[in-house]
Amino acid sequence: MSGGALGRVVRAGVGRRRTQTAVMVLTTLLSVASAVLAVGLLVASGAPFDRAFSQQRGAHLTVRFAGSADSAGAWPAATAQAPGVAAAAGPFALVSVRLRTDGTATPPGFEPPPLTVVGRASAAGAVDAVTLVEGRWAQAAGEVVLERGSRPPGAEVGTRLTAGSVVLTVVGIAGSAGESADAWVVPAQLTALAGERPTAFQMLYRFTAADTRAEVEAGRGAIVAAAPAGAVVGARSYLDVRETAQENTAAFVPFVTAFALLGLAMSVLVIGIVVSGAVGAATRRIGILKALGFTPFQVGRAYVAQALIPGSAGVLLGVALGNVLAVPLMAEVAETYGTTAVLIPLWVDVVVPAAALAVVAGAAFGPALRAARMPTAAVLRLGESAAGGGGLRIRGLLGRLPLPRPVTLGLAAPFARPARAASTAAAVAFGALAVTFAVGLGSTLVAVKTDGDPDKGGDVTVRTVARPDDPAPGRPGAEDGGPGVPLPGKPADPAAVAAAIAALPGTASVYRTAGTQVEVAGLKGGAPLVAYEGSTAGSPHTMVSGRWFAAVGEAVAPTRFLRATGVRVGDTVTLSEQGRTVRVRIVGEVFDLGGDGMTLRSDTASVAALRPPYMPADFAVTVAPGTDPADYAERLDAAVSPLGAEAAVTEAGKSSVIRAMQALIVMLTLMLVVVACLGVLNTVVLDTRDRVRDLGVYKALGMTPRQTVVQVLTSVGTIGLVAGAVGVPLGVALHRQVMPAMGRAVGTTIPSADIDVYGAPLLALLATAGVVIATAGALLPAGWAAGAATARALRAE
Amino acid sequence: MTGPEPLIELNDVGRTYDDDRAALSGLTLRVARGEALAVLGPSGSGKSTLLNLLAGLDRPTTGEVTVDGLRVDRLNETASATYRRSRIGMVFQFFNLLDDLTVTDNVLLPAQLAGMPRARAAARAAELLERLGVARHARVHPGRLSGGERQRVAVARALMNRPPLLLADEPTGALDTASGADVRDLLRELNAEGQTIVLVTHDLALAEACATRTIELVDGRVARDVLAVSR
Repeated sequence: MSGGALGRVVRAGVGRRRTQTAVMVLTTLLSVASAVLAVGLLVASGAPFDRAFSQQRGAHLTVRFAGSADSAGAWPAATAQAPGVAAAAGPFALVSVRLRTDGTATPPGFEPPPLTVVGRASAAGAVDAVTLVEGRWAQAAGEVVLERGSRPPGAEVGTRLTAGSVVLTVVGIAGSAGESADAWVVPAQLTALAGERPTAFQMLYRFTAADTRAEVEAGRGAIVAAAPAGAVVGARSYLDVRETAQENTAAFVPFVTAFALLGLAMSVLVIGIVVSGAVGAATRRIGILKALGFTPFQVGRAYVAQALIPGSAGVLLGVALGNVLAVPLMAEVAETYGTTAVLIPLWVDVVVPAAALAVVAGAAFGPALRAARMPTAAVLRLGESAAGGGGLRIRGLLGRLPLPRPVTLGLAAPFARPARAASTAAAVAFGALAVTFAVGLGSTLVAVKTDGDPDKGGDVTVRTVARPDDPAPGRPGAEDGGPGVPLPGKPADPAAVAAAIAALPGTASVYRTAGTQVEVAGLKGGAPLVAYEGSTAGSPHTMVSGRWFAAVGEAVAPTRFLRATGVRVGDTVTLSEQGRTVRVRIVGEVFDLGGDGMTLRSDTASVAALRPPYMPADFAVTVAPGTDPADYAERLDAAVSPLGAEAAVTEAGKSSVIRAMQALIVMLTLMLVVVACLGVLNTVVLDTRDRVRDLGVYKALGMTPRQTVVQVLTSVGTIGLVAGAVGVPLGVALHRQVMPAMGRAVGTTIPSADIDVYGAPLLALLATAGVVIATAGALLPAGWAAGAATARALRAE
Repeated sequence: MTGPEPLIELNDVGRTYDDDRAALSGLTLRVARGEALAVLGPSGSGKSTLLNLLAGLDRPTTGEVTVDGLRVDRLNETASATYRRSRIGMVFQFFNLLDDLTVTDNVLLPAQLAGMPRARAAARAAELLERLGVARHARVHPGRLSGGERQRVAVARALMNRPPLLLADEPTGALDTASGADVRDLLRELNAEGQTIVLVTHDLALAEACATRTIELVDGRVARDVLAVSR
């Protein structure tokens, strides 16, 4: 038999089965699009970091030691011989200082964060070969090189920075993928910069194995063991740096992966259903082909090819869609690394479709081979008979139920072809699973957005801006600023603002927060600190573990802070500022997605000893019952404006990342549901074709179109009910697996309250998802069945 | 030709298909209540088209089809279904019994679709199966019956809702000689009891044995219309 004949058979098969072809195109399209997106995100989100880190031979672990590098002797170098250490650099002396630009570049009331300045003679080295982006490396005292991500506002090459009496000129901008420092000076400069401050030094290590946290932790343990007791005051893993750098895109990976796997499973299933159905419906055709001389292999190949044609179309479209969907997400990656377009790697666009096509061929091969191996005469006989199907006993029993006959006929229908019904139920179950999973994801994201922002407290927020009567000298607009123009100057007096709030009718309670950056041992650049004053009972905080601070000396911290510092709830942390230190005990792990997940929160009294240079304060006001927040905010704004503050109704946090996630979830879910519906549609079309004679008989006996529709919908409704009962619990289970993974991907722990989003009413509603999907998929072919011309079928054997 | 109270009236009926082929052309026909009309003719002469028009399974391109006072050509799909369940019984060459239902369930089906009370339907089905001599097969599936027995079950099902008109499409075409004679006798008995029958067949012997009147269609027109002298 010639290849041309086989080709014509294949093309004719594809052309004749338009519904099945469309279903196969869409299922492969969906699964490939989501798989490309998931794998692409996984690979591409880490790619810029990994590339830069590899090129620079970045430090797997940056360890800070107490004391002077000069007086340490030989032991720092000896730690390079610790088990598992492949290379080391250092010791490099370091100090934490605040570098100020001249007055014009600094916003009013802004206090620059402390920067980790390292004394280093050269950018090169066996570890952390820093890349110069602009200018040159520091060669003499009075020169500084800034890390590009840690530049003070307005700082560029040539800018003069001051730290106390020391003046430094920026001579270069550099990038350290492992973020070993915020700035570098020549070693000789560091002594002058340190002054009376406590000194420390850092060692940079690369390990022979550092792919996992456990491996990095093992290396850390070896170094701690090699160093004198108490010498190590902090260490930072490159995995934490990597995680922070890619957190926005990394958060997408778990759920997009889940959708990709769902899509893949559905593809296998639906393609299996479609091809089995195509083979089943074409049994007689197969018999004729074999009678004409087609070999079993050629018949099998013809049906695999019939699946591969729409499969290939779906795969190509899926690759295109996956890449289009990735564009906004990749833009996030590009922004993070300051690079231009980051694209999904080419190999992902090749490997994922190839794997999908292999799956399509595999799904088609089984039923095709079965048909091909059947004896020709048997195939011809089978194709000519209108089989009554199986399950006669149970169908007979269902027929005796006291329900309208079309309903009992519909109830019995799935038992006629149990394998087909089971496959359809599985497709619908996947659809119900996807809907349940998506609803859970959406609900959790809404809860996370609300609960993960402890700074959005009270009904009305008052922010201190600047006093209009005290402009800073030399600032643009200081001389001519008229009414309505925000004028730079000193921050508003918090005491005056507090008095204004207290005096306004409708105030129920108020607390005040002020933020700054403090040094934390072992953390480059320190950590944000938010100090609270007043009753924080009404503050919006959700605890992952432990409790909110309640006494002087207590603080709470988010997950990433605890992980980065190795601190646990119950441990004590030392905070320092300009040589002053204070110790606070961490009493709780707070859920906080702001400030890179590193913000410490405590009472003002607990950190008063630091005398930190607070930023302008915010007030969170809870209004008395019956008071309209909008009206109150208007009145309060009028009262505090002259003081240099502004009041507004507290708005819920907005997150473009969460919005993007929600949009993507809706789209992927709709695609899965559409595929599930198409799977049902395909089954009903096949059933209708198989039962055209029966439908004709019903019609001849007086079954109305409505009764036909009821019969068809009842048959799939039953399947949908069972599928929903299976799919909904699986969706809940998947949600419980994926949400913590998403939390881990962004370095946080999502509170269990935000994961337990499925209440009884919601579950009851979701339980109908299977029925809705099944009936939606069956509506169209049910209508076709009701309107089918059956006169000819009644005359045929 | 026909009595004063026709059950079937066709006035200038034409049926043309999409390929411009005229299956029926200007057919005018009246069938009285109690008649047994045999429709003869070669393949493609329009016999099946006529039967489909009478059953409400097809609509004429031109003309009027009235059965039992009802303009069948004007009925929508739902009304057609209601018409078939209440006024028409159909018997086919290949029986068209539902293989997955028992004999009783097959016979009950028209009554169930019409919403007849269960007890009444069951009693009527039992009566018909007894009358047609297949009561002992009530609980078996049609696949286990002989051709003649299957056709008897099909007739029972067609009579379930006491339709004024029985349409039979080659009812002996798939039967052996003995079973064919059996069905022929049955149809004759039914007609003798007053059942109006329209019988489409190639079988001249069947027509002669059962029909009180015979028409022959050629190219969609009545070429011959003969009253039986005796049967």
